[in-house]
Amino acid sequence: MRQDTKMPAETEEFAGAIASPASARGDGATVSIRNLGHSYGELTTIDRLDLELPADGVLGLVGPSGCGKSTLLELIAGLQEPSQGEVEVGGALGASGRLAHCAFMPQRDLLLPWLSAIDNAALALRNRGIRRGEARNQAKQLFERFGLAGFERARPNELSGGMRQRTAFLRTLIAGKPVLALDEPFASLDAITRAEMQQWLAGALDADPRTVVLVTHDIEEALYLCDSVIVLSARPMRTITRLSAPTPRAADRDEAVTHPAFVTVREHAMQALREGTK
Amino acid sequence: MRRWLLPVLFLAILIGAWQLAASSGALADLLKLESYAVASPLEIAESLWQSRSLLAENAWVTLREMLLGLGLSLVVGVVLAYAMHLSGVVRDTLNPLIVISQTIPILAIAPILIIWLGFGIWPKAIVVLLICFFPVAVSTFAGLGTADPEATKMMRSLDASRLQILWRLETPTALPYFFTGARLAVVLAPIGAIFGEWVGSSSGLGHLILQDNGQLETARLFASVVILSAMALLLFALTALAQHRIVTWR
Repeated sequence: MRQDTKMPAETEEFAGAIASPASARGDGATVSIRNLGHSYGELTTIDRLDLELPADGVLGLVGPSGCGKSTLLELIAGLQEPSQGEVEVGGALGASGRLAHCAFMPQRDLLLPWLSAIDNAALALRNRGIRRGEARNQAKQLFERFGLAGFERARPNELSGGMRQRTAFLRTLIAGKPVLALDEPFASLDAITRAEMQQWLAGALDADPRTVVLVTHDIEEALYLCDSVIVLSARPMRTITRLSAPTPRAADRDEAVTHPAFVTVREHAMQALREGTK
Repeated sequence: MRRWLLPVLFLAILIGAWQLAASSGALADLLKLESYAVASPLEIAESLWQSRSLLAENAWVTLREMLLGLGLSLVVGVVLAYAMHLSGVVRDTLNPLIVISQTIPILAIAPILIIWLGFGIWPKAIVVLLICFFPVAVSTFAGLGTADPEATKMMRSLDASRLQILWRLETPTALPYFFTGARLAVVLAPIGAIFGEWVGSSSGLGHLILQDNGQLETARLFASVVILSAMALLLFALTALAQHRIVTWR
């Protein structure tokens, strides 16, 4: 993980506050994909894909719309079984094992409108049989740290887009899984909120490192948030190139994305993306 | 305001016109009837007051039949909906049978129910059940299936078991659908209770209506109809209130 962003003082406390039976701090799991193929009937969406991701690595997947990025994410998260090849997460090969290691965050926030913000965030705890009061207590500490204090009791329709997304992200983090599978988490936000949320996520991941697979359309987002970025082709999906994000990066997002080294890598990525769309 | 005022105003105009037509004898002439066979709204109101204890006694009998039948309908409808939602075998078995059950003319089997169950409250409640479980079962079942598949994936990824997904995601999603079915059931319930009473009973508004029909007690017959309609409206309003209190997120 990057060492250059802020909040070193908060880091220790923060990590301690997360309810994570499966993972102590920085205890992400490895992800490896070998000879992966996937098809719906006649339609081949993924063709012989290989991929390695170290524990606590943050990987971005960028590719044209409909190339199968979301399917790949669901395969990693254990929500689907591949037609061929292997997906291994934290040593688990079967879907239920992968499901146990991954927390999947879908494109839309999908907060349940009948639950308050805090009950939405605490869903994973409730699903594990933790009583409501105790689950709320654990989630409440994180609400304060994530700038949501005072909104615990608010219903989702009373929250702004950015706050909804933070709540959804908290819900994913609280699950305490070593791997986070994020499907275009900021796609629905306006440009300014998206930039804010990207910086916020960078801070959150520094405080509580996990292995992250981030699917996005946005090359800048991928290069800013991830250690490495894989550019994928249109269907059937294959890897065009894997790029390392420029390091070190400035803590401030605007500074980071305008740095000459960043701009150069972004150009490479754009070039690769154009190639893959052809 | 407008939601109340317009229908009330329109109803008042209709009743006024009816009153004029009945009291001037125009309605009786038009229907080629003696004037005593046509009741005016004022006569109905008068009958409501004069026969109040008789009407109340019989209304209570009918209301109990409706409530028992509705209670059974909600339980049976919801249980069927969940069973069909959770099991493909149950769904494929029951789906056609539930539709077939609605093609059976209730009036044809009501006499059999009287033979089997006697003249008490049960055959009436069963007729109400046979009519009213259907909208509850069908709409609740449909509602359970409308949960967002992406939300289901999210829940699975957050370690939810099948039952937890059912309770925390699918059931709240289905609640508004359940209430739609319940509101339909509530307005159908008086029809069921009256059917049941017509086939065999010694009390109840349906029983009274049959008697008044035979004796050309037109005003009291209409008074029974007014009470039946008022009871159904009241139950409908209570259902809507319950929905408003429970489904707070819509």
